[in-house]
Amino acid sequence: MPAGQGTLMDFASFLIQMLNSLQYGLLLFLVASGLTLVFGIMGIINLAHGSFYMIGAYLAFVLTSATGSLFLAILLGIPLTFIVGAFLEWALFSHLYKREHLEQVLLTYGLILIFEELRSLLVGDEVHGVDIPAIFSASIPLSDVLSYPVYRLVISGVCIVLAVALYFVIQRTRLGMMIRAGNHDRTMVEALGININMIYRVVFALGFALAALAGMLAAPISSVFPNMGSHVLIISFVIVVIGGIGSVWGALIAALVIGFADTFGKVLLPDYAGMVVYLVMAVVLLWRPEGILKKG
Amino acid sequence: MGHNLNKAFKFGIGMALAAGLTSGAQAADDKIKVGFMLPYTGTYASLGNAITNGFKQYVAEQGGKLSGREIEYFTVDDESDPAKATENANKLVKRDKVDLLVGTVHSGVALAMAKVARENKTLLIVPNAGADEITGPLCAPNVFRSSFTNWQPAYAMGKVAAQKGYKKVVTLTWKYAAGLQSIDGFKEAFEQAGGKVVKDMTLPFPNVEFQPFLTEIASLKPDAVFVFFAGAGAAKFVKDYAAAGLNKTVPLLGSGFLTDGNLDAMGDSGKALQTTLHYADGLDNKKDQAFRLTYAKTYKMQPDVYAVQGYDAAQLYGAGLKAAGGDVSKQADVIKGMEAAKIDSPRGAFTLSKAHNPVQDIYLREVQGGQNKVIGIPTKALADPARGCKL
Repeated sequence: MPAGQGTLMDFASFLIQMLNSLQYGLLLFLVASGLTLVFGIMGIINLAHGSFYMIGAYLAFVLTSATGSLFLAILLGIPLTFIVGAFLEWALFSHLYKREHLEQVLLTYGLILIFEELRSLLVGDEVHGVDIPAIFSASIPLSDVLSYPVYRLVISGVCIVLAVALYFVIQRTRLGMMIRAGNHDRTMVEALGININMIYRVVFALGFALAALAGMLAAPISSVFPNMGSHVLIISFVIVVIGGIGSVWGALIAALVIGFADTFGKVLLPDYAGMVVYLVMAVVLLWRPEGILKKG
Repeated sequence: MGHNLNKAFKFGIGMALAAGLTSGAQAADDKIKVGFMLPYTGTYASLGNAITNGFKQYVAEQGGKLSGREIEYFTVDDESDPAKATENANKLVKRDKVDLLVGTVHSGVALAMAKVARENKTLLIVPNAGADEITGPLCAPNVFRSSFTNWQPAYAMGKVAAQKGYKKVVTLTWKYAAGLQSIDGFKEAFEQAGGKVVKDMTLPFPNVEFQPFLTEIASLKPDAVFVFFAGAGAAKFVKDYAAAGLNKTVPLLGSGFLTDGNLDAMGDSGKALQTTLHYADGLDNKKDQAFRLTYAKTYKMQPDVYAVQGYDAAQLYGAGLKAAGGDVSKQADVIKGMEAAKIDSPRGAFTLSKAHNPVQDIYLREVQGGQNKVIGIPTKALADPARGCKL
């Protein structure tokens, strides 16, 4: 970089970078929210969470090609992934609750390999694009040369709605109450005559569907490609740990913090951009070892 | 939890390794043994397959024999994993005792292969990986390349950018060797011709959150942007660039890997994008037309630049064997034959530099109707400077 070429930005650019941060943070939240539910409430370390995201993106690609509409793809995709999630819980994860984390990690690592191999056999190894739905394909001009794609704003909107809905379900509904109770004391909840197995199945299926929805929504802007899940897996764990394991609000705050750290890190500290996110994690964990919001 | 997680990760990776071991076969002594060490799984699987197909196509065109000798193939999936590269290369070199090692796509893996080849004096042809070092400071008499250096296409684009009258350019790439070497190549040609790179931007590989950089580009308002991206990240970048409206005011330039294999994924965003590479669609060249026809018939798909590089690796080896009368034990003669060869490639004829890298034309291509159509030849017979090579 030539001398005198300041990295500090003018005010308009600063505002746009704020928007970038917010938008990226909200997308991260969508991916991480499912993980924080499964990890925090059920105590399962699910390395295959990134694969669920990948499955969502490929579903968006396959179903959009078949139906011609991303909306239809999402409408079909959500119940489909919910059912697959419930089946996986029944067939595999329900046997893991009382086991060691190590065994959970082994199973879910194996699932990553299986899902990637299936993806390769069924859809292939090519990079695919998914078209942005026509009504959202416009861009809003922000400066003389830069515009902002409407679709990115739509994703942010969906993320906000989902955050509020998740909060409402968990804090204000009977189902949410049972979920929280099951998190505190599984045996006691069972003794009260609540079918805790069914609750866990629903939570797991919901976690799967949320990750897949994130993949479906992100498909048009991120492209669809092999191993795309591994890119989001680590950042999702970072968010869950920073936010406080099991806390949906915590995950939201953490995702926004990471969004800001990543965006401004890239612009202001380009040589250390890869580290900024993890520095933030280290600082937060030193300050609050349990994460920003403890579970509860 | 962190500790358990880590332990489990290592265990899982160990298991994956054990499962990935491929079994070798006993070789008949009269056949020439060719070992492919290429990616057959993962992101680069299609590239590994294209290289293999191209190589085998040339051998098949010669009646399945080179200099009268039958060819026996050995394959190892390198998984594009540098950590396993030395072990994988040794499987082919020490266990299977191949006469020729062919590989690979990933530069980090290729550098490890070159080391194994040098130590064991095994002949190596690199059919893709563009790391400048392989035919630069780390060059060796028994190491050849049938593809390109990262420097080559980027250098050509630097010339193009200057010819178009751009004065102020911003660059962006992942912070890894292929990207940084490409940027250096571009800068060398562009700044020699009087242009100025006003800002170099990088992001960690394989991060694809480009939005902050697009905002930076918009505020810097350069005459053009030069990038190096490849694969899925490249498709995403081109789409993001168009979605931000930057393609209307700030032309995007790139090394050819920006668009190769990505045209479908990019859709309309890639329209009229200009890139430079040593291969293109629509070349006016009989060899290319014949090659493409046979390839499409044999493999039921269209060939790409990787298939060409595999095909030329076989041609190059064929020339060496011919010079040695088919006797692989006369390695010095094989090498001499390869060094002197004029390869009639689908990309256009090329020879090798002293450092064993192709001296080749670099094409300027434009995305038209789902193809990378050739629109010019900014640099004819471009040789990599091979800095640091003492051959």
